[in-house]
Amino acid sequence: MYRYDQFDHQIVAERVAQFRGQVERRLSGELTEDEFRILRLQNGLYMQIHAYMLRIAVPYGLLSAAQVRMFAHIARKYDRDYGHFTTRQNIQFNWIKLPDAPDILADLATVEMHAIQTSGNCIRNITCDEFAGVAQDEIVDPRPYAEILRQWSTFHPEFGFLPRKFKFSITGASDDRAAIAVHDIGLAVVKSDQGEVGFRVLVGGGLGRTPVIGTEICPFVPWQDVITYVESIVRVYNQYGRRDNMYKARIKILVKALGIEEFRRQVEADWQFTRGGPCTITPQELDRVTACFTAPAYESLTDIDIELDALQSDNKAFANWLQRNVKPHKVAGYASVVLSLKKTGIAPGDATSAQLDAAAELAERFSFGELRATHMQNLVLADVKQSDLFALWQAAKSLGLATPNIGLLTDIICCPGGDFCTLANARSIPLARAIAECFDDIDFLHDIGEIDLNISGCVNACAHHHIGHIGILGVDKDGEEWYQVSIGGAQGNDSSIGKVIGRSFSFGQIPEVLARLLTVYVENRYDDERFIDTVRRIGYEPFKTNVYATPVEDDKELAGIDYELLKVGVPYDMPYYSPRF
Amino acid sequence: MIIKNKTIVEDGWCVLRLADGQEPDSVTVPSGPVIVPLAVWLAQRETLKARIDVGVWLASSERPEALGADDVAKLPVIAVDFPKFADGRGYTIAYLLRERSGFKGELRAIGDVLRDQLYYMQRVGFDAFAVRQDKDINDALKALSDFSENYQASVDQPQPLFRRVSRGAA
Repeated sequence: MYRYDQFDHQIVAERVAQFRGQVERRLSGELTEDEFRILRLQNGLYMQIHAYMLRIAVPYGLLSAAQVRMFAHIARKYDRDYGHFTTRQNIQFNWIKLPDAPDILADLATVEMHAIQTSGNCIRNITCDEFAGVAQDEIVDPRPYAEILRQWSTFHPEFGFLPRKFKFSITGASDDRAAIAVHDIGLAVVKSDQGEVGFRVLVGGGLGRTPVIGTEICPFVPWQDVITYVESIVRVYNQYGRRDNMYKARIKILVKALGIEEFRRQVEADWQFTRGGPCTITPQELDRVTACFTAPAYESLTDIDIELDALQSDNKAFANWLQRNVKPHKVAGYASVVLSLKKTGIAPGDATSAQLDAAAELAERFSFGELRATHMQNLVLADVKQSDLFALWQAAKSLGLATPNIGLLTDIICCPGGDFCTLANARSIPLARAIAECFDDIDFLHDIGEIDLNISGCVNACAHHHIGHIGILGVDKDGEEWYQVSIGGAQGNDSSIGKVIGRSFSFGQIPEVLARLLTVYVENRYDDERFIDTVRRIGYEPFKTNVYATPVEDDKELAGIDYELLKVGVPYDMPYYSPRF
Repeated sequence: MIIKNKTIVEDGWCVLRLADGQEPDSVTVPSGPVIVPLAVWLAQRETLKARIDVGVWLASSERPEALGADDVAKLPVIAVDFPKFADGRGYTIAYLLRERSGFKGELRAIGDVLRDQLYYMQRVGFDAFAVRQDKDINDALKALSDFSENYQASVDQPQPLFRRVSRGAA
């Protein structure tokens, strides 16, 4: 993975000192909260319902064991013993005290990490395929380019105060696992017929209030030109993106307003001034960064059919895990393993300090000391010997990290929601828990097969509900929490925005609604057809009809909250749910 | 007082802002060094261009291209207004004035100009900062040296880091 040189260390150290000064000035009253808010956000520090929340950047999701141990340390020393992996491959801590924040950043700097630009109206962490470098369908490893763009975007002086936040995602595989179509800029590394490496560039994708699938602005930007090209996109956006209405300030609105042809014309007009100039990436720089992402010392092995062995030995639990949590690897004899952070009863994406330490240990034992965080809020050990899978499974199982549900109904993408987030209209973590408990039958889950269930507590769509095969969105109706259900969304190469099936439901109705949707699927599916494919083939109507055919019972006990309390708008002094409070 | 070329100096210029009811073509531009709104400059250019003590300020919604090559070559000062510090258009305006229009005179940030924005402002070509009156300009000055190195190119440093230094094989 990328290692800091003296310049990276120096820049991050100066940032820590700068932020320490800003915090001191806030605490002394020299900075008003309005002035400080924008500064702290550019360091990932939010003020949430209970405390400050600190979001730490995990560049393109790649982590060393030492970095994961640092998360454990932060959880223990500064937080309540756990962290939460986010849908942008970052990690956040929920119970931070403001005076501690500079110390945390200083601790992070010792393991080459920071919280720079993890919030605010600037260029955010660049996300990436979690199987970069090991996927069988990879054309070009995107990580060197992601790192080069990370450096370009870090403290870019022109783009610190954009109209709105700005997110990049990058993939180098034929199968897009980085949701590039729903990012402000999506990059797909491609090879031309002549073997030249470049980028297919999508622009103006995004979720939130106005979900949009990104549009291709250029089919091929040579790799040398990617900085100058994206800089021109952001420059046009900085000048002309709307600033009068924050709900219309993302680049997708500008691209829609101008039309892609006019937007492209403006970008190219700007690009003519910089193309081929000093910001053109040099082969030396690409080589230097690429050298950080060379393959580990793989042994020369052959593939083994471990799944068959498991079935023959009648170890169904292991076989289930192999089927769901183990992914193919480009090197014979190796596999990638997803450690599930979606155990029933635990907030999706949460990990305790003990789990973090243990995951670091597993990485060192089984996967060359590296991990990846995924945008689906799980962890990946990318380089595991197939012959080690059984030992890894046993170890992960004892840590609660081996739930065999990757890609299944209970592998829920879920935002922090109303328990933590000031933006939320409704709780999402307790709903995820209720759903997981209702459908906590591994045979049933495996029978239903691949399905993305995404739950966002508000329209900001942190949990990408628009691109869930089933998406659930928390909405506020007169101070009460309600949930809108959509189906037909998808991420990846065949991205689509889900469609709302009808009027919204109460918390206690949602499991029954899901059961009715699944019934329609089971009754209509062809053999191996996934839920999303059945929806696409038979349309929304049969699902909608079945869900609304008879009244859906509201299981009020399920919600487990005092509705009277909600009605009077009593704020959330304590989270309604978390096993750890 | 303003910050100019990294030191605190007396400010010889005043900034003309149109009051309600004042029109660009009829407002009286005072004598003495004055920075006028772009609209006033464009409306009264024929008379103002004879003076050497008139500068122009741009609102964040205005375009640097509104100033022709002749103006850019001759104006002693161009200012860019930050109506609020989170309005980042001024950074691109400054970049374009320096990089594309080739403006060599004083480029001044006015309006909601605060300490924690100065470092970026300096990088995109501002060399003068009218720090908001209620803030301590001596403190603000320190921000210009918050960082000693930068990754990317901008006006202050036309070469990105990777072209300027030999970076450690990581």
